[in-house]
Amino acid sequence: MASENSPVTGINKLSLRDRLDSYKRHPGSFVLLLLVLLAAFITFCILIFIIAFILMKGVPYLNADLFSLTYTSENCSVVPAVINTLIMTVLALLIAIPFGVFSAIYLAEYAKKGSRAVALIRVTTETLSGIPSIVYGLFGLLFFVTSLEWGYSILAGAFTLAIMILPLIMRTTEEALLSVSDSYREGSFGLGAGKLRTIFRIVLPTAIPGILAGVILGIGRIVGETAALMYTSGTVANVPSSVMGSGRTLALHMYVLSQEGLHVDQAYATAVILLLLVVGINTLSGFVAKKLVKGK
Amino acid sequence: MKEKVMQIVFFIAALASVVAVLLICAFLFANGIPAMKEIGFFNFLLGDTWRPSNNLYGILPMILGSIYVTACAILIGVPIGILTSIFMAYFCPKKLYRPLKEATQLLAGIPSVVYGFFGLIVIVPAIRALFGGTGMNILTAGIILGIMILPTLTGVIESSLRTVPESYYEGALALGATHERCVFRVIFPAAKSGVVAGIVLAIGRAVGETMAVVMIAGNQPGMPTSLFKGVRTLTTNIVMEMGYAADLHREALIATGVVLFVFILLINLSVSLLNRKSKKEG
Repeated sequence: MASENSPVTGINKLSLRDRLDSYKRHPGSFVLLLLVLLAAFITFCILIFIIAFILMKGVPYLNADLFSLTYTSENCSVVPAVINTLIMTVLALLIAIPFGVFSAIYLAEYAKKGSRAVALIRVTTETLSGIPSIVYGLFGLLFFVTSLEWGYSILAGAFTLAIMILPLIMRTTEEALLSVSDSYREGSFGLGAGKLRTIFRIVLPTAIPGILAGVILGIGRIVGETAALMYTSGTVANVPSSVMGSGRTLALHMYVLSQEGLHVDQAYATAVILLLLVVGINTLSGFVAKKLVKGK
Repeated sequence: MKEKVMQIVFFIAALASVVAVLLICAFLFANGIPAMKEIGFFNFLLGDTWRPSNNLYGILPMILGSIYVTACAILIGVPIGILTSIFMAYFCPKKLYRPLKEATQLLAGIPSVVYGFFGLIVIVPAIRALFGGTGMNILTAGIILGIMILPTLTGVIESSLRTVPESYYEGALALGATHERCVFRVIFPAAKSGVVAGIVLAIGRAVGETMAVVMIAGNQPGMPTSLFKGVRTLTTNIVMEMGYAADLHREALIATGVVLFVFILLINLSVSLLNRKSKKEG
């Protein structure tokens, strides 16, 4: 950018009057400007409206009953659902992170460009990320629930979700690994470290914020997921005694509440909790990712 | 030695996604294709009655339902999405950019049940008041899906607008075009294939969405005859009946999933072809 008082900015700067004059001469441009502004306004109003509406309707119903330790059809407690969500998230991440990070390491550090295997892996991850969640649910039902005879269980749900977030974790980890400067690797090799040591001691630690941002996004998807869980983890409202038992997560809990139609107030309140949780998680991810940019 | 072992471990981990896709294909097709054969391929795809109690399994109403709802969402979402991404790329004041960008990502993060619930308590009563009926129809589902695809559209389209070389804009401006004219007549056409890729991706999202639609679309399995009639889509057909279905009924639902899966595969394929094309152009 040229500095304030250089003649170049003087030419490029338009006063408001110049601009109005120009719009008078080109009314078509003015209409386009209005359309663009209107569309942006609509988009952001919708977002604010959705969030404000859910908050306004739901916050008054947040009461102690909603947070009782066990669920009964009277109190509609969300606590068991929150615990189930936690268990589900931890399990799904335990499965997805090793596979996701290791395959990203393979793609970023080992794979030869243009090899057939790499092309195949890329096509399949792309396919995975486009499959709708109901198809994952259907697959989970056919494979984990029926063929492996796990029944409706947290474990079946966690495996289904792990496959679902795998492409997300792979992509973000690979991006994070590739953004680590090559000089780090060269320095490590120069000090006599092997490839494996370089990856685990130098490259991975440097890429942690990026990987973390991806993992947090994955958590957001797990917490918000419904369709993939309905026929894998089942809809029992309490916390199961083991991971082979059925239990519903918060999002599924909310769906059941709103479909029953008997507890609309509690559904509002549950929506508030769910919305805050997911929005909080996504903001956290953005925050971590920004740290990464700053750290460089 | 350890190096070699770990390299193999990494490679095996990388094959996980290949295995997952193969398993998904194998299980869906193995369970769905026999049902299609038993019902009759054309009876299944082109039959206009879905009445499991009478052994009638025609999914044409659901296929049309999915297409109508998606078309409605595209008609509502795409103009707003394109104009918003143009705003983000070329009209947004610098100070506002970060918060607005985060806002669009927030829109992407809202779970689909919350969208469905919002539709149920806001859009459904509004449509009922305006047009009568139950308020649960193609239009309602289209509006909610139109909102849900906005973040996909703006994300992809904005980044494809940004890949257009600065010199295009400067050239147009130097020829005396206004800022708006430069953006709409020069930059936008140059980013065309990216825009199309964004729209196709959004179609995929809309076709695959389940929970938001099942809560607000009415779910009647009849042929969709008007914008204000309840409708059932491929996704909601599965989610509605899978809980209690048995035998052929269950297999017919899985076959519905197969049809949906094939739809999505075709859409993904065209997205990656378009991306390749836009990369070549860029």
